Formats: sequence, C-alpha cells, structure tokens
Amino acid sequence: MNFDFSDDQKFLRDEARKFLEAQCTSAHVREVLDDDSKSHNEGVWKQIIEMGWLGAAIPEEYGGLGLGMLELCVIAEELGRVLAPVPFGSSAYFFAEALKLAGSEDQKQALLPKVADGSLVGCIAISEGPGEIKAGNIATRLKDGSITGKKIPVTDGDIASHAIVLVKDGSGESLVIVDLNESGVSREPIKTLEPTRSHATISFDGAKAELLGEAGNGMALLDQINDRAAVLIAFEQLGGASRCLEMANAYAKERVAFGRAIGGNQAIKHKLADMYVKNEVARSNAYYGAWALSSNAAELPEAAAAARVAASEAFWFASKENIQTHGGMGFTWEVDCHLFYRRAKLLSVQAGSPAVWKEKLVSALEAKND
Amino acid sequence: MDFNDTAEEAEFRAEAQAFLSQHLNAKTPGALRSGGREDFLARAKAWQKTKAEGGFAQITWPKEMGGRGGTVMQQVIWGQEEAKFDAPTGPFAIGLGMCVPTVIAFGSDEHKKRYVQKALMGEEVWCQLFSEPAAGSDVAGLKTKAVKDGDEWVINGQKVWTSGAHYSDFGILLVRTDPNVPKHKGLTMFIVDMKQQGVDVRPIHQASGGSEFNEVYFTDVRIPDSDRLGEPGMGWKVALVTLMNERLAVGGSPGPDWKEIMDYARSAGTLSDQAFRAKLADWYVAAQGYKLTKFRTQTALSRGETPGPENAIGKIINANHLQDICNSAIEMQDHFGLIVDKDEAPSDAIFQESFMWAPGLRIAGGTDEILKNIIAERVLGLPQDVRVDKDKTFAEMN
Repeated sequence: MNFDFSDDQKFLRDEARKFLEAQCTSAHVREVLDDDSKSHNEGVWKQIIEMGWLGAAIPEEYGGLGLGMLELCVIAEELGRVLAPVPFGSSAYFFAEALKLAGSEDQKQALLPKVADGSLVGCIAISEGPGEIKAGNIATRLKDGSITGKKIPVTDGDIASHAIVLVKDGSGESLVIVDLNESGVSREPIKTLEPTRSHATISFDGAKAELLGEAGNGMALLDQINDRAAVLIAFEQLGGASRCLEMANAYAKERVAFGRAIGGNQAIKHKLADMYVKNEVARSNAYYGAWALSSNAAELPEAAAAARVAASEAFWFASKENIQTHGGMGFTWEVDCHLFYRRAKLLSVQAGSPAVWKEKLVSALEAKND
Repeated sequence: MDFNDTAEEAEFRAEAQAFLSQHLNAKTPGALRSGGREDFLARAKAWQKTKAEGGFAQITWPKEMGGRGGTVMQQVIWGQEEAKFDAPTGPFAIGLGMCVPTVIAFGSDEHKKRYVQKALMGEEVWCQLFSEPAAGSDVAGLKTKAVKDGDEWVINGQKVWTSGAHYSDFGILLVRTDPNVPKHKGLTMFIVDMKQQGVDVRPIHQASGGSEFNEVYFTDVRIPDSDRLGEPGMGWKVALVTLMNERLAVGGSPGPDWKEIMDYARSAGTLSDQAFRAKLADWYVAAQGYKLTKFRTQTALSRGETPGPENAIGKIINANHLQDICNSAIEMQDHFGLIVDKDEAPSDAIFQESFMWAPGLRIAGGTDEILKNIIAERVLGLPQDVRVDKDKTFAEMN
C-alpha cells in the first residue's frame, strides 16, 4: 500500500508552493481583479512558462518535461491554493490533454510543443446557453471545414490562440481545433463572477476548423476530456479549500470577542471541524482520481466523478464558511475571502456542474453493477 | 501511488488468509449471531484460543506477552482479512484492545503473569468501567468512590454503558479516591473481579430494543490495594492510555451503506428518481472518502508514523449517513416501511433495524459533538472549551 505522492512529487510540491507564495501573492491576483483591461497576470504567467509546468505531463518527444499526470496534479493543487490568475488549466488540462487523447500525430507534433513552451494558449469552447451540454442542443455548425456559431462563456477565450470547439455536423457532434487568430473569429470579453480568470464570447463566422478525433465522436470524446480535466480541477479545488480552512483557522485564533478568541466557541470549532472533514474526504477522493488518471485505470470515470463531487462540495463549503467565520471583515473587498468564494464557483461549474457529475457517478455505478 | 502490498505485506496477507480459511467460514449475513448469546460467547472464546495458538492474536504485542511482535501494518492487514470471515471477535475487542494493554502498561509483574495469558487465550473476558450516569463525555466528572480501609479499598457507586459486563470476568475500573482536589487529579484505576459479591450487573433496555450495554452497581465492593493500576490520584493518566488504544481499534462497517440502498432502489424501481440519485452520489463519495482516507493512514502506518484523527472523521461521516440512508430507504417504502418483521419487510428489515441503532452509533465512543471538538482542538489547534471546574476541587463543584 502506497496511497501517497512520492518523495520526488512532494519535493516538486514544496518547491511550487515556495515559488507561488512569493511570486503569486494576493496582490498579484488583485492586479487582475482591479483592472478590467487585464485578462491574467503576465508576470506570473511568464514565470510559470519558464519553469516548464505547462509541459509537465506532455511527453518529451512533444517538447514537454515528460513527468506525468501525478506531477500535474501536484502543480494543480498549488495553483489552486494561490488562486493563480493565469490560463494554465485551459491550456494544460483541457487543450493539451485533448490533443494527447485524440490528436493525430501531425496535430500533436504541431501543437503540443507550443503548449509546453507557452507560445500557444489553448482553451475549450463548448457552452452555448444555460444548463447541461447535451447532444442535440449544439447550434454551432461545421460545414466544409469551417464553422459558424457562438460559444459563451469561454474560459480564457480572449487570451487563447487556439480553441477546441464542440460543433454539430452531418454525423452528429464533433470536436474541432480552431486557430482563433484566423479570419472568421471575433471575440468579446464577458464579465463573470470570477474576474481574476478571463472569459469571452467567441463568434465563428466561417472560421477554418480541423477535426480532432473522428467525426461524430464529439460527445464521447468530450466525456473523456472532462474526466481527465475533472481530476486536475479537483486538485485546484482542494488547494483552494485547504487555504480557506487555514484562513478561517488563523482568524478564529486571532479574533477576540466576549473576552476570548472566537475559535474557542463550539459554533466556530464545529464549523471548522466540518470543513476539515469535507476537505479530507475531497483529498482522499482526489488522490484516487490521480491514481486512476496516472495509471489509465478503467475506474477513471467514477474516480473522476467522485473526486469532482467531493472537491466541489469541499471548496464551496469552505469558501462560504470562511467568509462567515471572518464576520463583517469577510464581506469586505479588501479581505481575500471573496476571491476564494468566486473561484470556488468558477471551478464547480467548469466542465460540468456538481449535479452533472453526480449523475455521471451514479450512472457509472449502475453500469458497473449490471 | 498504488494499492498493492509490498512483498512482505503480501506474504503476511497470504499467511493470514490461509490460516483464516482453514479455521473459519466466509462471511454469510446473519450466520454469526444464529444460536443465541451463550453459543456466540462460546464460539468467540474458541476462536480467540485458535488465533492465539496460531500466533495471530495481538499481532503488535511483544512475543514475551504472547503476541506476535509484528507491525501495526500487519495488524491492519489481519483486520481486513478477518473481516471477510464469520469471526466472532466482539467479546474480546474491549478487553484485548483496551483493558489488557493498560494492565501491561501499569500493572505489576504479578498482574501480567496472572491476567495477560488467560485473556489472550480467550479464557477470561474483560470490560471497561469508566462512564457514569452523570459522567459521559465528561468522564473525569465521575462519582463512584473508593475509600481506603487497611490494605483494601471499598467501592460504592454506579457505572453505566458498560459493554459486555454481563459476561465479563474482570474489568478496569476508574473511581474517585480524593474529592478534595480538581476532578482529574482525584481518580485512581483498579482491576476489579466482576464475579465478586457486591457487583450487580443490570442490562439496559435500549431504544433499539436490544441490550448490549449494562449498568453496574458497586455496593461495598472490596479491592486489594495490590490490584491498583498506577499511583493513587493518577487514574486519569492511566485512563488516557486506555482511550488512546481505542484509536487503534479497526472498526467494521456499521450497517447498510450506499450499495445496499442502491440495490434496494433498483429492485423497488425508484433508482431513476433524480433527487435520490443525487443523495446516492453524496453517500458514495463520503463512504469512498473514508475508505480511501484509511488507505492514506495505512500508508503512514507502513512508514512507521502514528495514526491521526481519521477514526473521528469516519465516525462522524458513517453514523450520520447510516441514519440518513435508513431514513431514505424507509420513506421509499412509504407506509410499508414501518414494518420490522423480517419476513415481511424488504431486505430482511436491515434498514428498519439500523434506523433504530443509528442514534446510538452517533453517541457511543464519543458523540459527534465531542469528536468535532477533538478535531478542532487537536488537529486545528483551536482553544479548548471553557472548563469552569478546572481549578476547583471536585467536592466544591458537587
């Protein structure tokens, strides 16, 4: 039994934490928050690129570091702890993993090295309206190698140079790769609950598109991409949830009311104990997801869903109760609590809401039992 | 990251499996309890003897105490394998898990010679006499008193919630020997012969209908001073060692979980209900979270680290979800869900039975509230609860 990260992976985590605590502080996050014209923190992004983290799980033959998925999980947790205001997940969890999964040899050779060296920022464009994304309600059309339609919102859609887009064609739904700097593409930034991560509306009007994987296989492929991204996002959520508990814990020890630290009151103690229990449940499920992801286990769909459901619940609970523990201070713009509350919501609806993942989980359990 | 045993662990597991399958039947629901309480105790004693003779009783104990001199990880593996069989272990869990280790830690050489081997071989059963009617979560507030009379102590008072007192031969007994000091400082621990005069064991009729626990009354019970464990007034320290050993005890599943209710919902045709499916996902994630947290603990144990507070997590999650799952299953059966007759009720009435047992699970071994305090104080380092009796003598407070 070795249900833990290796010493090398823990070393990577410690180094990443040290770096991010110094170079990606709340002030760096707030530079993006307070300036509508900023889509991300360029300084932080540049340093992350230089360290090669984007290529952590990209094989060396495609210009990556060739480490592995567990290493990418470790990095994801640390990025989540500091609310990194960079398009890392869009490029590394979605775009690169989709290419690794379904890209042709030519596509991998052309695009993966650019993801790894940061010269290409990728994103995924699937949403067109409220509610779960389902086969049959996709309006964006692929015809004769070009697409027409509108995707909203697209996380990092205004920073990215390439997008994977879910489209409808003669054979059903398909995924395509689009160069966003080519003609037929227009984008508009859109305001969201989470201003430290940029979002855009992308309109396609006869934009050139290249199939990713087989035509008509879009929904199945998207499921697989989401399973992989879900585990990585779960680690980001876990990092954020852990930070919320640390913040609430520190404040509960320091803030005095009625002649004693508020953390001496059971109402606060039990709230923090509940956070701890949810975070541990999330951590254990995330580790299982990491194992399934890194070993290409058949259990990946249910492991990813469980990781995602547990992490969404943990981060949501920790972020709201962190504000509550801080009292009035927690509701001010100056204190960071709301940044975590915002990020918790972004991460819980990206790649499918908790309700979607709960349904995926139960379906997987049903299928297993038949 | 992997779930496989190391070579040494695999070797031990194979050895344990071979021994178990040679002596026991694979688990079949209900088989263990058929034949009544007396028969169960006899089978438990016989299995304990077999285990001891085979070198699998008390794996972490040193060899000179009759143990195996093995690792905590081996104990965990043994627990996992033994749980796959109909192993009647219940009557010895408290004695060998908590009481006898306390005797080993604080008893004299005579005590060890007299008690350890007989307990290990299943010849004598032990119970733990700490809780009292007015001292549950606040154990140190207990009132049963011992007064010194020559070379003996005279005990008067009442204990409660004593598991297995009705079939126990000996117990470890925590009593007040000095009321004129703060409550934690006036306690002393003794070994008590449960079959002697003045010890009156009365079963408690529980809300669930069963009687696993007892009240124990002490009327002028005499204990020789030589059966004292630790110095007079040091009883709390001794008790903490007993309670710490409780943490190492590996608990089994408390009752029906997500799998049972999913199976039931499928057979009842209600598995397609969206609200139910969302709850089912939550139960699965929590159960899986606890199971995987134990794997993380085992990893730490295999590296020689000490176990953390994960048992507190497990009890908070499992007991609550058990209650919730049973409640849902009964509501799914609508009016019919009231029936507890095993011949009529679905799934042999396991949901109804556990529904009545679940409230007790949330209390026994530390209430949810006490366990949350433990997490808050010991893991998160938050300030202790206000204790107004801390600096006052026990007599002043009572």
